[in-house]
Amino acid sequence: MSNLLIEDKQVVVPGDILAEGMDYLPSYGTQRVGEQIIAMQVGLANVNGRVIKIISLNGRYIPKKDDTVIGYVSDSTYSSWFVDVGYAYDGSLSLKDATSDFIERGASLSKFFKSGDIVLIKITNVTREKAIDLSMKGPGLRKLTTGKVIEISPSKVPRVVGKQGSMISMIKEKTGCSIFAGQNGRIWIKSEDPVMDKLATDAILLIEQKSHVSGLTDLIKEFLEQNVKEKKK
Amino acid sequence: MKYTKRNDGRKFDESRKVEAKVGVVPNALGSAMLKIGKTVAVAAVYGPKELFPKPLQNPLRGRLRCTYNMMAFSGAGDRVRPGPSRRSKEIALVTENALDPVLDLSAFPKTVIDVHIELIQTDAGTRCAGISAASMALADAGFRMKDMVAAVACGVVGGQPLVDLDKFEEDYEGGSVDIPVAMMPRTGEITLLQLDGEVDKKDLMKAVEMAKVGCMQIFEVQKAALKAKYEEAKK
Amino acid sequence: MISASYINQITAKGFRADGRKFDEYRQPVSVEYGISAKSAEGSARVKIGGTEVVAGVKLDLGTPYSDRPAEGTIMVNVELLPLSSTKYESGPPDVSAIEMSRVIDRGIRECDAVDFKKLCVTPGEKVWMVFVDIYPINADGNLFDACSLAALAALKDAKFPKIVDGIVDYKERTKDSLPIQKMPLECTVWKVGSEFLIDPTVDEENAAESRLTVAFTDKGAVCALQKGGKLSLTSEDIGKMVDLADKKTKELRGYLK
Repeated sequence: MSNLLIEDKQVVVPGDILAEGMDYLPSYGTQRVGEQIIAMQVGLANVNGRVIKIISLNGRYIPKKDDTVIGYVSDSTYSSWFVDVGYAYDGSLSLKDATSDFIERGASLSKFFKSGDIVLIKITNVTREKAIDLSMKGPGLRKLTTGKVIEISPSKVPRVVGKQGSMISMIKEKTGCSIFAGQNGRIWIKSEDPVMDKLATDAILLIEQKSHVSGLTDLIKEFLEQNVKEKKK
Repeated sequence: MKYTKRNDGRKFDESRKVEAKVGVVPNALGSAMLKIGKTVAVAAVYGPKELFPKPLQNPLRGRLRCTYNMMAFSGAGDRVRPGPSRRSKEIALVTENALDPVLDLSAFPKTVIDVHIELIQTDAGTRCAGISAASMALADAGFRMKDMVAAVACGVVGGQPLVDLDKFEEDYEGGSVDIPVAMMPRTGEITLLQLDGEVDKKDLMKAVEMAKVGCMQIFEVQKAALKAKYEEAKK
Repeated sequence: MISASYINQITAKGFRADGRKFDEYRQPVSVEYGISAKSAEGSARVKIGGTEVVAGVKLDLGTPYSDRPAEGTIMVNVELLPLSSTKYESGPPDVSAIEMSRVIDRGIRECDAVDFKKLCVTPGEKVWMVFVDIYPINADGNLFDACSLAALAALKDAKFPKIVDGIVDYKERTKDSLPIQKMPLECTVWKVGSEFLIDPTVDEENAAESRLTVAFTDKGAVCALQKGGKLSLTSEDIGKMVDLADKKTKELRGYLK
């Protein structure tokens, strides 16, 4: 006889017993201890048929292969750059993955990237000990020359992006800003109009705060439309 | 001198009033404040970050590193000299050991996770308040933990086993034994146990049982505070 | 992270990233007294927007300086806790903490904010020593002004402990407040490009080339100055900055109820 001890979307804390009996299966953020399934993270419990997982609401970015992230160039060597992607250790971008240009031996690398540059970059490999390889070769990957970066919890990025990018497209459309959401929780925003820039920022922070309310898209839509109307007055 | 009635009117197995709040240091990845009686501890979690010197790095998991500090004005008498002391270093060590067993840091090899604990006001029970706050801060930071850690001191004052000593009881002239205890609430396993004083075996076990009940009460407050913060995401 | 070049760009257009005016404090601003009443003789918590600091006053008896045998002493200490920001590391005090401590200390000491003569118990032998310790809990910009406000609030909150047989009995507190005669308070004005702004966020602080901290007494006199940052200021700049600081310290003082 198996018992589910929580409701779907209930907030749980580490150590909470989510279910008893062998009919339920532990997934992300949970573990089985004997007959019980235990929560290992703060978050929202998610029950999908027999599978129980935790939707995490906070946490540091853990780099994964194929993630597109926003990084800060931190240092360079004679043949590569180090890029801070929001993890404890910098990722490494080698010359051959950075550009297809021909570079003469001994040429200055700072003409491509220098310390402090903001880049939209892809993670091509992560080893078990979290050595991170990066590449700039891919559609859209580039140096982001102007604009600003705000940071939100990486676990909330999917909410900012929305289904098939619907949320982020709506923010871009209503505010006229260019926006990139890195999977590492860094979001780049660019606009010529500081007022719209702030509106896009506020909308993203509102999504972070209210990430799992029902009807989030409508809430954000209303928020944006109301503010755009006020700004035009 | 037998201690028959508690200074502040509490029952012997009754902890002081506990309040807690999560997210009190927005700059940190996770943070919490825990107040028990007049003792107020704040804990904040930063990291994972690079760990130096390199030999300390563990290729299989992240390391937990704690600091414990009493603010200069937070002591019962004289000003506390700023900077680490032998006492604060030892407390930091036992705090690490109290928290480490619940943490799964396998996703962060070679790194360090810093937990900073500051005491703003003290009335005994500071290391336990710090550990309870730190455990909430780590959960708030989103780390994988197999349980929370709740801590409270128990002791024997004037021959009477009791829980959650205040400063008056810690200094009781008729003899006082202070036994800080930290526990994983789900399994009841103990992760911190120290003793300062002289006590017979029977009283010790009686006091520790009281501490376990006290820890469960603190756990309820920890849980409520964590849930209060994250309910926001649904409202 | 909002880069310095971005801050410079929007500042020149007359905007701040969070939508404030240049001379506007972040809200809420609050002062709470007695946050460590059990332990400290005086204490306070100050919040300015996302920045939060706590300050506490400890009073102790000690021997006076030989050149001022009939006067008490004061010491202000700011410690930048690693708890409050990723920027700060454990270890010996960093130079910006020392600078902040000394500027606040000067503001209080040089205008005789506390009547040091009244802190004398036995001339040449025993005087009150006032220790003000200030700690950020969340360092989110403008620590200078927040620490100054917290120090003043904690001093206002302080009550002398009893002296029993020539030693301090911390368990018993009298009803007597410190002999405060003036109330020095700081406002720091930051220069970004050619604009002046107050209460910066951390990103704005990083973008500012220079700053001027001005302490005013409640009587309107300037009692401490500290120019910071690597770039120079013209006398015209200084005039504008002092005027702005005058106006804003008056406003900030309103929170000290």
